[in-house]
Amino acid sequence: MRILMLGWELPPHNAGGMGVVCYQMARALAGRGVSIDFVLPYTAHHPNTEFMNIVSTTPRSPQRGDGTWVYDSFAAGGPRMKRIQDDYLSVAVAHAKKFPPDVIHAHDWLTLRAGMAVKNATNRPLIAHIHATEFDRAGGKEGNPIIHDIEQAGLLMADRIIAISKLQHDLIAERYNIPSDKIEIVHNTIDYNDFAEPVNGDTYRYARRLQDEGYCVVSVMNRLTVQKGLSYFMRAAAKASHRLGRFVFIIGGDGEQRDELIEMSADLGIADKVIFTGFVRGKQWRDIFAVSDVFVMSSISEPFGITALEAAAHGAAVVITKQSGAGEVILNGFKYDYWDEERLADILINLASSSALTGHLKANAEEEIRGKSWQDVASRFIDQYAKVGASS
Amino acid sequence: MKSVVLYLHVHQPYRISPYSIFKAGYEHDYFSDERASDSARNEVILKKVAHKSYIPTNHMLMELLEKHPDFRLSLSITGTFIEQCEAWAPEVLKSFQDLVATGRVEIVAETYHHSLAFFYSREEFEKQVKLHVDKIKELFDVTPTAFRNTELAYYDDIGVWADKAGYKAVLAEGWDPVLGWRSPNYVYQPPHTKNIRLMLKNYRLSDDIAFRFSNHEWHEWPLTVDKYMSWLPVDEEQVVNLFMDYETFGEHQWDSTGIFDFMRTFVERISTSKWYDFKTITEAAALEPRDVVSVPYTVTWADTERDLSAWLGNAMQQEAMRCLYELEDVVIASQDKQLIDDWRKLQTSDHSYYMCTKYFRDGDVHAYFSPYNSPYDAFLYFMNAIRDMRWRILEHHKEVI
Repeated sequence: MRILMLGWELPPHNAGGMGVVCYQMARALAGRGVSIDFVLPYTAHHPNTEFMNIVSTTPRSPQRGDGTWVYDSFAAGGPRMKRIQDDYLSVAVAHAKKFPPDVIHAHDWLTLRAGMAVKNATNRPLIAHIHATEFDRAGGKEGNPIIHDIEQAGLLMADRIIAISKLQHDLIAERYNIPSDKIEIVHNTIDYNDFAEPVNGDTYRYARRLQDEGYCVVSVMNRLTVQKGLSYFMRAAAKASHRLGRFVFIIGGDGEQRDELIEMSADLGIADKVIFTGFVRGKQWRDIFAVSDVFVMSSISEPFGITALEAAAHGAAVVITKQSGAGEVILNGFKYDYWDEERLADILINLASSSALTGHLKANAEEEIRGKSWQDVASRFIDQYAKVGASS
Repeated sequence: MKSVVLYLHVHQPYRISPYSIFKAGYEHDYFSDERASDSARNEVILKKVAHKSYIPTNHMLMELLEKHPDFRLSLSITGTFIEQCEAWAPEVLKSFQDLVATGRVEIVAETYHHSLAFFYSREEFEKQVKLHVDKIKELFDVTPTAFRNTELAYYDDIGVWADKAGYKAVLAEGWDPVLGWRSPNYVYQPPHTKNIRLMLKNYRLSDDIAFRFSNHEWHEWPLTVDKYMSWLPVDEEQVVNLFMDYETFGEHQWDSTGIFDFMRTFVERISTSKWYDFKTITEAAALEPRDVVSVPYTVTWADTERDLSAWLGNAMQQEAMRCLYELEDVVIASQDKQLIDDWRKLQTSDHSYYMCTKYFRDGDVHAYFSPYNSPYDAFLYFMNAIRDMRWRILEHHKEVI
C-alpha cells in the first residue's frame, strides 16, 4: 500500500504537536508495511526517518535566524504562505502523477489545497486528518476566512475525515456541516516506552528544592499563545497562591504572549512563583513533567493535547480543561471549564494540600497511559485506508 | 561672584549576564562575563568606556587643574565602579586618585552599590553608605562631607538623615514643581535640619551639556562656549550647579562632538572671569542659605517625570525589589560574605532600570543603556538570580529561615 502523506513539519523542525503526531503515525504505519511518501514544504535533515521517503517541495530552510518557525499558522493567509503552499501543491501533484498513491492522507488546512489538487489530478481517495481547525486556533474568535474556506472545501471533498477527538468530531460536524458518519475519531496517543528511561527533574533544581520544603510544583507546557488559555491559568494561579503560599508554577514554552504573561504575573503579585523556561527540548523538556506534581492543560480549545498524556506518563497529576480532547483519554484527572478560574484555583489548592489525592491521580492516570503505543493506532488508519478503497 | 559647581557622577553596574532558570541552583555568579555576548560583558564595557571616557576625561581634568589654580570640581564614584577598576583597569583608578590628590577634587558620599536602599531599608542603606565612605577613605584618604542619594533620589527625610549623619551638603534635582518661583542658583536648607545645605541641580544648563550638546535637532546646536556663557546667571545668584554623569564626556557625547574642547574652553573662561569662580560642593555649602526648601515627595534626575518611575514604575520592578529586599534578614544573618555581596550587587538600581517599559518601543535612552533584548528578559534574569539566592539560603543557611 502506498500512501501520499501531505505533512507540514516533522521533528526536530516542528512548531507544535502535529509534527510529532505525523512522525509517530508514519513510523507505526511503516512498521505495518505501508510505503509512505511524506511531503514537506521545506528542506532539512530529519534523523531516524529512513522508513519513509521524504519529498521536499522547496529549498527553504524550516527555521528563521531567531529560532522561531516559518510555518506558524498565524502567518497564515499572507502572500508568503500562499507562495509556499502553491509550490507545495505543484510538487505534490507532479510527484503523485509519477508515483500514484493508493490514498492521499492530508493534514490540516495547510496541506488540504494540495490534497484536493492531487485528488483531482489522480482520482485517488483523499483522507483529511484534522488536528486543529481555524476555530481552535482563533481561540474563540472568528479566525481567518480564507482558511475557513479551504477547510470547508477540503472537508467536503475528502472521502473520509479523521478527527483526533470527540470534541473535534463534533466541531467538524456542527461548524462545517459534515455528516457524522464521514468522520472517524482516532485519538492521538504516545509511545509509552519512549519514556521508559527515567529522568530525575534536576534541571529545575530550584523547584526541586522548594518541593523538598513542601511546595507544590504546577506546570503548563504550551506555545504561549491565546488559544492556550494561559491568562485564565495565571489568574487562577494567583488565586490559589494567595490562599496557600506554597506553590511554584513552571511555564514551559515560548510565544507571542510571553511578555504579556510576565507582566501579568508581576501585576498579580506572583512573579517570584512563576518560572518561565522559554522553549525547551530533550531533558529540559522531560524534566518539567518529572518535577511537576500537577500538570495543567489550560487550553481554550485543544483538539487533543498530547502533552497531557506525556505529563501523565511522567507521573504528574493531570488537570485538563473540558475544551481539551486529551480528557477523553485521561479519565483520572480533574476537568474544568477554561474560564473557570475559581474552580481551577480550588483544584490546585486541593491537590497541593492532599498528597493522598494527588498520589491517587498520579498513579491512576499513569495506569491509563501505561503501554500505550502508536502501533495500536496504526491498524485504525489502515482500516480507514481500506474503507476508502485501498487494498493492502 | 557666582560659583560654578561642577559635579560628575561615575558609575558602572555589575550587569547580570543571561541567567536562565537552568542556572539556578547550579551557577551562582550572576554577573559572570562568560555567559554574556561580547558587547555586554562587564569587563569589555568598562574597558571600552575607560578608553572613550575615563582616561581622556581624567587626562583633560588633570591638565585643567594644573593650568588653572582656581579650577575645582566634585565627583561621586560608586563602589561597584571602583571594584571593576581594581579588577580590570587599575590605571583608571590611579588617575582618579591623582585628581583627588590635588586637593581640589571633592568626593561625594553615596551608597556603595548605587542602590535605592533608602526606600526599602534604612539599616541596609546606612551600611552601604558606610561601606562607600570607608572605601573612599581607604583609596583616596579623604572623608566625604557631602552626600548624594542614588539617581539624586531625594525628599525631605534624606536631608534630615544626611544632616544627622554630619554632612554639610546634600544634592537634589532643581525641579520646578518643587522650587516654584525660586531659582536653583542659590544655596538652600532642607526643613527640620541644623547645618546641612541643599544643592539643587540647574537641570537646564546641566542638560544642555549632558543631553543636548550634540543633538542636531536642538535649535541651539551647535553649542559654543560664548553662547553657553551668555546663559549663565548674571544677577545676585550664588551658584550654578552643573550636575551630570561623568560619562557625558566621551561616552554619551563622543569626542568627535567637540565636547572635550568645549569643556577646556569653558573651564578657562570661568577661571579667568571676574564674575565667576569654581567651588566644590562643600565649599559652596558654606554660602549663606537663601531659604528653606521642602521636597515632600521623591524627586530624581531621570526622565521628564523626575520621579522613581524609571526604576519602580511598573509591577515587574516593584516585584523584583520586593523579592530582593525581602531577603535582607536571612542574607545578613547568614554572615556569608559572598551571599551578602551578591545580594548587594543585585541592589544596584541599573537592574530595575533595565526592566523599565516606559518608552520601550521608542528605543530611547532606556534601551541604549540596556544590555538585554527587552525589559522582560531583564526581569526574568533578575528573578532567576533571586531564585538562586533563595536556593543558596535554603541549602547552606537553612537554620536562619
